[in-house]
Amino acid sequence: MISRESILSAAIIALLALIATRFAGFVAPGNLAAVFTDTAPLIILALGQMVVILTRCIDLSVAANLALTGMVCAMLNTAMPGLPVALTLALAIGMGAGLGAINGLLVWKLAIPSIVVTLGTMTIFRGSIFLLSGGEWVNAFEMSASFTGFPRTVILGLPVLGWIAIVIIAGLALMLSRSTQGRAFFAVGGNPHAAVYAGIDVGRTQFLAFTLSGALAGLTGYLWVARYAVAYTDIAGGFELDVVAACVIGGISIAGGIGSVGGAVLGALFLGVIKNALPVVGISPFWQMAISGAAIIVAVAANSRAGRSKGRIILKQAEVRQ
Amino acid sequence: MTASPTGRIVPDRLASPTSRALKSWESLLALVAIAIFIANSFASPYFLDPWNLSDATFNFTEKAMIALAMALLIISGEIDLSVASIVALASTAMGLMMQAGFGTPAIVLTGLGTGLICGAFNGLLVTRLGLPSIVVTIGTMSLFRGISYIVLGDTAFTGYPASFGWFGQGYVVWVITVELAIFALLAVIYGIVLHKTNFGRGVYAAGNNPTAAMFSGVRVGRVKFILFLLTGLMSGLASVCLTSRLGSTRPSIGAGMELEVVTVVVLGGVSILGGSGSIPGVVIAALVMGLVTFGLGLLNVPGIVMSIVIGVLLIGVIALPRIWQKARAWKK
Repeated sequence: MISRESILSAAIIALLALIATRFAGFVAPGNLAAVFTDTAPLIILALGQMVVILTRCIDLSVAANLALTGMVCAMLNTAMPGLPVALTLALAIGMGAGLGAINGLLVWKLAIPSIVVTLGTMTIFRGSIFLLSGGEWVNAFEMSASFTGFPRTVILGLPVLGWIAIVIIAGLALMLSRSTQGRAFFAVGGNPHAAVYAGIDVGRTQFLAFTLSGALAGLTGYLWVARYAVAYTDIAGGFELDVVAACVIGGISIAGGIGSVGGAVLGALFLGVIKNALPVVGISPFWQMAISGAAIIVAVAANSRAGRSKGRIILKQAEVRQ
Repeated sequence: MTASPTGRIVPDRLASPTSRALKSWESLLALVAIAIFIANSFASPYFLDPWNLSDATFNFTEKAMIALAMALLIISGEIDLSVASIVALASTAMGLMMQAGFGTPAIVLTGLGTGLICGAFNGLLVTRLGLPSIVVTIGTMSLFRGISYIVLGDTAFTGYPASFGWFGQGYVVWVITVELAIFALLAVIYGIVLHKTNFGRGVYAAGNNPTAAMFSGVRVGRVKFILFLLTGLMSGLASVCLTSRLGSTRPSIGAGMELEVVTVVVLGGVSILGGSGSIPGVVIAALVMGLVTFGLGLLNVPGIVMSIVIGVLLIGVIALPRIWQKARAWKK
């Protein structure tokens, strides 16, 4: 059985080769680094989403969380231009985690289905941005140079934004495979009843997953606003769908318990390459939405086939489909 | 999607039918609706004008049509997040027909037909290939609206024939709009189908326990497929009404509608996990949503702030009874 990661890698390489025949400059190392950096926010959010999906939940509020935290960071920077970047980062992560924890608490303590909770908080977070900002934009000239410069500082040929994504990929890969908490995320989604008997608190694990997803969304919120040097109510609108799409394409089972860091990263990169390549090969960017939709459907159909032939999903399907 | 290891608690004796009816979700919702109605009439002097109230119905009729079918779909244990994108695609198809010079009947049939085809596509993927509906419809949500964007880009279709305007702008009698009349008729039909027919019982059975339903002779796959078809058809109908009311088609038409439709259904007391819910609940929930948004609109509250209210409503109506239950259990 060929792994999902190798199929996706092959698909991405084939895609790159195809683009290279039309426009060779696309596969130059410098441009590939730019594509990676451009995809970094999607990668970071997809990793957080993956952990949530592993525990049989879904977080549709990530993009709104990103936008709200980003707006708060931008407004804080306007009010206090001298605030060190480290503090802004800490604040963004803390605030994002706090917003994620609200989702987590509602799912954990009140047992409300995650899709309902995060559909609700999605609109609440978005509306809060409008209330906070009064619908105004925070523009580049209102932000300090260190605030907007941080994610764009180039170290060893890659901007800081790209390096942050790499650090998070490595950190999560290590945490999910080597720590007790990391295995608990898989256990809760794989078989909640067995997880309870193994001494794992299912609700608490889901709470932690939402908090982690929120923290990553908050971090991305600052990076996003700083990179594009603008903050307004609708930034990253609809981005939560791209995030879920990256996960599904990356082979993360929506039924929980199955997924890998490599899959999520490759799923995000697949979408990132398409998004960056469309204008280069002269296809209207209006095609992007339909292409990613078709990719989701193909990926989820492939997922279910792969899972069926492996056999391990049979028991779980019986349980999930009740 | 959340796993709770504890089962349902079955009481020894049921309360009397009258007390159950009074304590039911529907009567609670009806009280909320009346309270909002009274609050609105105090908050704004313009609220009680019949023509104003007639305008207010436009706030919910199109969404409520979809919500009727969505309620059945969610009760059966599935969900369709692509409804707003079906609205966009159906509207785009109608625009193409209009440009090709076809008249109102052909345009309307195209809208309904596109809805049916989209619903069939979702239904086939879910019931034939056994894929999870939430992922499939997140995919088709991008796909359907994506096709509208490919066709239209940043342009729009305008210039629908005058007779086409009847659906979204016409009145049946006095202040009763065509849309409201269609919705009321559909609500009665859906109520009868869900609560009085074998098919309706099959919908509940499929949502509660598909395996048991299958062994009881319910063709679960077929029931769900029909429900996806109906949801597609209702989205097509909503698209006819919305396009007729706006008189134009943009690819962003109806964006975010799926959220409001799901909110109405959940607010109406339908369990998002499937197996329970009622049509009267959904109808009253649609009224509540319409009254809230219209009342806030009269008070000049911007749309995005209303969405906070809707979000709080969605979480609040589910959270409050659970908090109350927990508090009671804790007292004991």
